Amino acid sequence: MRGIPISALIGLVFTTAYFLAAILADLLAPYGMAEVVGGVWEPSSAEHWLGTDGIGRDLLSRMIYGGRTTILVATAATLLSFTLGSVLGFLAAVRGGWVDQLLSRLVDLMMSIPSLISALVVLSVMPVTLPVLILVMGILDATRVFRLSRAVAVDIAVMDYVEAARLRGERQGWIIAREILPNALSPLVAEMGLRFIFMVLFISTLSFLGLGVQPPLADWGGIVKENKDGIVYGIPAALIPAVAIATLAISVNLVADWVLNRTTSLKGGRGG
Amino acid sequence: MNPILKLLVQRIALGLVLLFAASVLIFVGTTILPGDVAQNILGQGATPQALENLRAQLGLNDPAYVRYFNWLGGVLQGDLGTALTNGQDIATSMGGRLWNTLFLAFWAAVVSVPLAILLGLIAVRYRDRWPDKVISTITLATVSVPEFLLGYIAIFLLSVTFPIAPSLAMINDSMSLGAKLQAISLPVLVLVLTVLGHMMRMTRAAILNVMQSAYIETAELKGLRPFTVIARHALPNAIAPVVNVVMLNMAYLVVGVVVVEVVFVYPGMGQYLVDHVAKRDVPVVQACGLVFAAVYISMNILADVISILTNPRLRHPK
Repeated sequence: MRGIPISALIGLVFTTAYFLAAILADLLAPYGMAEVVGGVWEPSSAEHWLGTDGIGRDLLSRMIYGGRTTILVATAATLLSFTLGSVLGFLAAVRGGWVDQLLSRLVDLMMSIPSLISALVVLSVMPVTLPVLILVMGILDATRVFRLSRAVAVDIAVMDYVEAARLRGERQGWIIAREILPNALSPLVAEMGLRFIFMVLFISTLSFLGLGVQPPLADWGGIVKENKDGIVYGIPAALIPAVAIATLAISVNLVADWVLNRTTSLKGGRGG
Repeated sequence: MNPILKLLVQRIALGLVLLFAASVLIFVGTTILPGDVAQNILGQGATPQALENLRAQLGLNDPAYVRYFNWLGGVLQGDLGTALTNGQDIATSMGGRLWNTLFLAFWAAVVSVPLAILLGLIAVRYRDRWPDKVISTITLATVSVPEFLLGYIAIFLLSVTFPIAPSLAMINDSMSLGAKLQAISLPVLVLVLTVLGHMMRMTRAAILNVMQSAYIETAELKGLRPFTVIARHALPNAIAPVVNVVMLNMAYLVVGVVVVEVVFVYPGMGQYLVDHVAKRDVPVVQACGLVFAAVYISMNILADVISILTNPRLRHPK
């Protein structure tokens, strides 16, 4: 653990805590997810640490279960976008020619429409379920991963050792997996943190608009939507997810910064 | 032909091609996807007869390309179709809303662009000292919170705890400009906060990049004051990347507006789009998607054009 700067350590601790809370939600939450246990918008008390929500459910429990949904969806979508984006990006870089042209132009086209608008357009005809949300978010975001991984891989693909592997007669899959991937991993890992945050914001926004996670399932964006009417009466219940999202975003950012700095110092310069 | 003019024509033609392709993408996204649109609209309990009627009404029995060209032909003549939910003409209901959205985005731009550049200049001038750090920390915090939460935080602080601005941004044509600006003060504030961080950071990075040039050192050695060096020598050379970032953020504003409009119940395009996505009103969603894509793409082209005009180096591609 030595050599980790304090900011990265704080980031790691908070990130781990959020993920643990998500995994252990059933054990940690004091009440059930959709269990009505008190009055409407009760202030915080010994029984309800964060108070209750608009229909009397325990807010702490909602936040914990909500964190589970939000983090699960964001993680799954990030994994999808990375697998899809990096495989296609590497393929475009190694193959070049018409494969590269086709994929790059397709990505340009997809990025010419803002992803929130694309998501809304698609969700207007698709059933809004968790797998569909993960798929839509993952595919839309894969365009950004594609650009990054292609840019990184294009630099690597002209290296002597890749040329040597080609001359040895290695297959393209082998070259991607054994020569390019290990060298492109560090910038991709740092980017993964940022994409994950973007996914958390994306799913929260969709849920807030009523087009993401559907009730009674809890998620952070949905909690804002359910409690927003209380704000004009001075009840801050809807603002609690802001704290959760912001701390998660900042701590993941701190970790990603550290990963990026560490890998750039290894290479003795900029890290692609 | 004048080389600059040629470049500009190329960019605009490219944009038109992109817009055409985007319209195909929007159309495909709403029609070729698995799932029957008619079934989705009417729900599981619909009778076969009702489904058949709706399919005929939507023209779902024609092949996809016929429907696409019918739709595109209508759009080119200014006919965006009629909404399924209330049977109203989409172009008519959209007109006023589009103006409202542009009005909101315009004022957010008027406030945020000069502010971002000024903060960027200050951050460069006091680089690595406390003003730089304060600005960086605040902007990092604002980009880590989604727009809708910034909106509610603003409402909670500025219209509930300290009631100085209205929590709902209701505007109509009979209001004076002053009253309208008062009504949209909070949405503008939120939009400014969402785009400020990125713009300010990129301005700072672009100017710092230029600051390493030899002519900046010359200017410093001449004995110019630090702020004069930045404003007179560094800023003009950093204009191209800064303009690019500014335009990208203006394009982003048009998207950020969607969420902010919902928060403040503002009668604009975003609210219209979100309402009709929830009602699964496909023609409205297609029309709104196309308008948003058109605005976004034209902003991006404008960014290209302005950087070509402001940066002579880009006029002679190698």
